[in-house]
Amino acid sequence: MSTLETIPPPSLWVRLWDSNMGYSFRRNPVAVVSLIIFVAVALMAIFAPLVAPFDPYDPAQIDIMNSEYPPIWIEGADPSFLFGTDDQGRDLWSTILYGTRLSLLIGLCAVALQAFLGITIGLIAGYVGGRLDSLLMRLADIQLSFSTLMVAIIFLAVTQAMFGSETFNQYAIYFLIVVIGVAEWPQYARTVRATVLAEKKKEYVDGARVLGFGPLRIMVRHILPNSMSPIFVISTVQVANAIISEASLSFLGLGMPPSQPSLGSLISSGFDYIFSGSWWITAIPGVVLVVLVLVINLLGDWMRDVLNPKSFKG
Amino acid sequence: MTLLSVRDLTVKFATRDSSVTALNRISFDLAKGERLGIVGESGAGKSITGFSLMNLLSRPGFIDNGTILFQGDDIVKMSESQMRSIRGNQMAMIFQDPMVTLNPVLTIGQQMVETLRAHRKLSQKEAEQIAIVKLREVYIPSPEDRLGQYPHELSGGMRQRIVIAIALLLDPQLIIADEPTTALDVTIQADIMELLLELCQSNKVGLILITHDLGVVSQMTERTLVMYAGKIIEAGRTREIINDPQHPYTQGLINALPQQTQPGNPLKQIPGNMPSLAAIPNGCAFNPRCEYALDHCRTTAPEIVQYAHVEVACHEVSRLHSDKSEERSA
Amino acid sequence: MLAYLVKRVFQAVAVMFVISLIGFAIQDNLGDPLRELLGQSVSEEVRQELREELGLNDSFVIQYTRFLGKALQGDLGTSYFFKEPALDVILKKLPATLELVLGATFIIVGFSVPLGVYTAIRPNTILSRIIMGLSIVGISVPVFLTAILMIYVFAVGYGWFPSFGRGDLVHVFGYWETNFATLDGWSHIFLPSLALASIMLPLFIRLIRSEMMEVLQSEYVKYARAKGIWPWRIYFVHALKNTLLPVITVGGVQIGTMVAYTILTETVFQWPGMGFMFLEAVNRVDTPLIVAYLIVVGFIFVVTNTIVDLIYGLVNPMVNLARMGA
Repeated sequence: MSTLETIPPPSLWVRLWDSNMGYSFRRNPVAVVSLIIFVAVALMAIFAPLVAPFDPYDPAQIDIMNSEYPPIWIEGADPSFLFGTDDQGRDLWSTILYGTRLSLLIGLCAVALQAFLGITIGLIAGYVGGRLDSLLMRLADIQLSFSTLMVAIIFLAVTQAMFGSETFNQYAIYFLIVVIGVAEWPQYARTVRATVLAEKKKEYVDGARVLGFGPLRIMVRHILPNSMSPIFVISTVQVANAIISEASLSFLGLGMPPSQPSLGSLISSGFDYIFSGSWWITAIPGVVLVVLVLVINLLGDWMRDVLNPKSFKG
Repeated sequence: MTLLSVRDLTVKFATRDSSVTALNRISFDLAKGERLGIVGESGAGKSITGFSLMNLLSRPGFIDNGTILFQGDDIVKMSESQMRSIRGNQMAMIFQDPMVTLNPVLTIGQQMVETLRAHRKLSQKEAEQIAIVKLREVYIPSPEDRLGQYPHELSGGMRQRIVIAIALLLDPQLIIADEPTTALDVTIQADIMELLLELCQSNKVGLILITHDLGVVSQMTERTLVMYAGKIIEAGRTREIINDPQHPYTQGLINALPQQTQPGNPLKQIPGNMPSLAAIPNGCAFNPRCEYALDHCRTTAPEIVQYAHVEVACHEVSRLHSDKSEERSA
Repeated sequence: MLAYLVKRVFQAVAVMFVISLIGFAIQDNLGDPLRELLGQSVSEEVRQELREELGLNDSFVIQYTRFLGKALQGDLGTSYFFKEPALDVILKKLPATLELVLGATFIIVGFSVPLGVYTAIRPNTILSRIIMGLSIVGISVPVFLTAILMIYVFAVGYGWFPSFGRGDLVHVFGYWETNFATLDGWSHIFLPSLALASIMLPLFIRLIRSEMMEVLQSEYVKYARAKGIWPWRIYFVHALKNTLLPVITVGGVQIGTMVAYTILTETVFQWPGMGFMFLEAVNRVDTPLIVAYLIVVGFIFVVTNTIVDLIYGLVNPMVNLARMGA
């Protein structure tokens, strides 16, 4: 060829597509379907105000006379409510969209907090070592030996009793994020610490130290990237767990209030009506919750298989 | 009398889309009580040969073709339960690293007794008595006490002695030892080898010793196979192979031994690396590293043929030989 | 061994100390004991007098010491609602919860080991794929949803099982009345136990499977095969014993998690255990009962974890308990 053609460097997406991960992704229909469903649910949740036909937070749009309409494929339905209405007369479809948004938001923020705390503590414990390290890891053991859900239930119950329901409901979302976010840091801390200990011995870290880089820069720029893939795998599972925890807490009345329901609180309010035949208030949000958690777990499983060469495919 | 007769053994490893050949038409015989060394670099197919004889290849490896006649029966065609009754019984194996071969949660006694009772109807007591006798044979002090100990309570050398004792438990016809001292301290390597040789000779057990160490082979074995990239390239009596190697690769291996070099001079290494199994060159697999390679070496693979006192797979062996005779006479 | 035990018990005591501090802080800040005792229409003077009498004006340390002293004697205060010692209220509810945990544990242990081992040994059979598929669905369904579904299908729909309560109980001793003595008791505990096990069982199947698969790749399993050991002995003696070591550790943590899940299960099935009671206490701001629950649950966690650590040490020959204590 006589002319010099400039070939644009492949974009991130192209590189990802061609990588080992991309290859295994394309060959795994379960992963593909899971990702499509997750993206679809996430998009609908993010754009809930645009997608939803009603605003479930606007009292003007709610009429108690509309309560407990069944979904449109069942006799006695009102055609304006796709999945029927809940006990307060809210359009269930819109409420689910807003609820999914809250569940996802709380799950992601809580995991971000877990990751931040855990990575910071893990880096410090691994890099500093010595007494501080053994103290932090002992704390991690103790923290892990207490179930997150138990700690969260007691913390939220006491908080609720202390501040009263009204104040609690106002700040429920922050309480949930903090309590789920704080309790699970040891997962990250252990993984990161293990990588730090492994990487610390390697020459490039000495090299960086000789060049006069500070410990913070060495840790963040040099060591942290090496623990990215386990962090990724943990995070996926943790998001799924956080969403379940949030739903469980809300179901117990220790989370999002019925006026601003997440999927868990929606299921909870529907549970009172399940025996009178209004199954859909519980069942439809329940299905959404399970599908959301399931696709995240399936993606997590796939990711673990790809990123961890020691794991086995069944 | 022939104990083991391997013909055209071909082993492949299944990959994502196809397969790679790990062993390419290996043939050799072993007489009763004979000791055979298999030598080569790591990745040449020595260990795979050992595990194939036991029919213990782990996935994705599989025997693609060939026969392995052990006392006249073909191991390749045997059912898993027939094979089980041979393993540990008539054919025993010594693994490379004694630190990981013994099960950490079972006592030495349990691991010895279960081996005996897997093949013979014995009471716990009778089995323990045999175990103690065998432990004594491998010079384990106070063997009665060892039975109750866990592997982690013993040193590496001690553990390998126990593995040898387990191999001898059922008076096998053949022991396959896969690099039995590589994982051990240098100071005890010679002891273990000596013990193994002594026991094989006194019990008239056949031995296949898999190693990368030509020095060990020359002390331990009567015959030697040299493997390269999944093929046997030279086979014959150990003394002749050591003293007068025919294949350029074997010559290179022997020239690389420390005792072949004057102190102070660098070791003579064979240039380059052995090819990976997925990218074996056309023709003779050794041709890219061979100083004698000609055009036909790059296109046709040499068959193994009788030459002088040994069998060798090299097109140019006669030319090489005359070169060398000239060198000598000059 | 003894040194290790002492060290472990010392740590357990330290954790209990922290829990008691938290309990006291809650006691101190949550609710007003005077209002509970006197009602609202009492003059300020009388209130002050009583405050002094109850020691509410003493310093934090003195009050905490008093709280701790009483707690050690089993006095965790009197429930505002039941007008009974809080610890008694909880101990009466404890058997119901423990039996639920026991039922679920039987289901989990009974099924997770065979299914986990099977899916590890035969990873490619259709049955294994079905088990693995169901198990990932299982860990994705929250306990309370499983419980609701079970009630809807098996209690309301088919009417095979009762939907709430404990049914006929047989007194054993003390506060302990058991479900396991009558058919009615069994039918009442079946669905709640199953619901409680529903998220743990798949978790353990997956854990046992992945640990077992790793062990099956080990040199010592290959070596056992080379010795001609029977396959079942390789799976259930050589491999399973090594598999169970990490499973025991995780199991200890999960027992605690299961106590948390009892709150959910008991709520859905209206099971009169201490989890159900705890939520009622929260709604009634029954502070002594909340604190007592915290301390009892903390105690259960600490004790199970200590026991699990000791069992691990006994099962694993590589852990030298004597040396670890040093």
